Amino acid sequence: MKEMAIILLSAVFVNNFVLAKFMGICPFLGVSKKLDSAVGMSLAVIFVMMMATAATWPIQVYLLDKNGLGYLQTVVFILVIAALVQLVEIILKKYVPALHKSLGVYLPLITTNCAVLGVTILNITSAYGFWESMVNALGAGLGFLLAMVLFSGVRSRIEGCDAPKSFQGIPITLVAASIVSVSFMGFAGVIEGLFR
Amino acid sequence: MNKLSIITKGLIKENPVLVLLLGTCPTLAVTTMAVNGIGMGVAATLVLVGSNFAISLLKKVIPDKVRIPCYIVIIAGFVTIIQMLVKAYTPDIDKALGIFLPLIVVNCIILGRAEMFASKNSVVDSVLDGLGMGLGFTLALFLMASIREIVGSGSWMGIKLMADTTISIFTLAPGGFFVFGCLIALVNKMTSGKAIKKKEFGCEGCPNASACGKAAKGEC
Repeated sequence: MKEMAIILLSAVFVNNFVLAKFMGICPFLGVSKKLDSAVGMSLAVIFVMMMATAATWPIQVYLLDKNGLGYLQTVVFILVIAALVQLVEIILKKYVPALHKSLGVYLPLITTNCAVLGVTILNITSAYGFWESMVNALGAGLGFLLAMVLFSGVRSRIEGCDAPKSFQGIPITLVAASIVSVSFMGFAGVIEGLFR
Repeated sequence: MNKLSIITKGLIKENPVLVLLLGTCPTLAVTTMAVNGIGMGVAATLVLVGSNFAISLLKKVIPDKVRIPCYIVIIAGFVTIIQMLVKAYTPDIDKALGIFLPLIVVNCIILGRAEMFASKNSVVDSVLDGLGMGLGFTLALFLMASIREIVGSGSWMGIKLMADTTISIFTLAPGGFFVFGCLIALVNKMTSGKAIKKKEFGCEGCPNASACGKAAKGEC
């Protein structure tokens, strides 16, 4: 239980996927303008990360490693994720139209979101077991949600500011992201200290 | 369009990183040392040239409805080849790039060029476009990595320049965001709005197109 809590908390805070590991920067900059779209996108990411981990971990361990096909990892994982996202979209459209309406637009984006492929590959390279992988995926997703929600707040304040002309738009947003990222560095060492 | 301008437009006017803002994740993550920047740039360039070549050859064969999955498989194939080559010949670079080497698959530059250029143009033009865009990516990565390495760890390409006056936060995550923001601002200043705008460029290469739809309204 203790290991699980450490994996979860360090994935959310210390090794935050967006602010410390630089994965999923495109949606972080693109979709964080409004709070509701930031939350929608993050929920879709959490959902797909968990599904993708649940699908790719057994494939890697029981299929690829058993048959010495480890080098096919990249090809297989991206295909599984692409197919999974498509499948989820079709199922949601048919059975949960309300959810599809709120999450549907974000789903095609997620296929090319490097955070999803990143978390599945990291689970394998960190030699996590199945449940550890699932917890890590959940933590990565929650960290993404946290970063998106925090940053959408920061961003709504930036919009009203009078930045120098060449800094307007993306550059000032990146500088603000840098400051948010500094605040996350404060978590370094906290998690280990909590469970000593 | 003559052949030379296909290559040179990727370098500055349509620089994939600094002007089009594609492939931001590897740009921020691997640019702690100039050598890593070059390594990432060269690996992505090789994938880009290969995938542009294969996709423009196959553009009549690939059905329109499943073109994106087809492109992804082709790109993933080339990435796997590059991964094996890097692991075999430059293990140091492999260790430094880590997870970002397989993540070249989801680099928006590569899928974007496949969708926008290779699927519409001849084989020779597509290869040249891949080369130009790849060189532009490498140039941007090298520039940013040089700044971060010189300021952050006081060395350049592994050569010690200044040992005592380093600002180590530049090699950490916040420094990455900061330097990238400043570089884009610098490019904005230098081109003073003359560089190609996102809205002129269209939504096809933009990873956020489906959730944003702003380019159609001209506010991108």
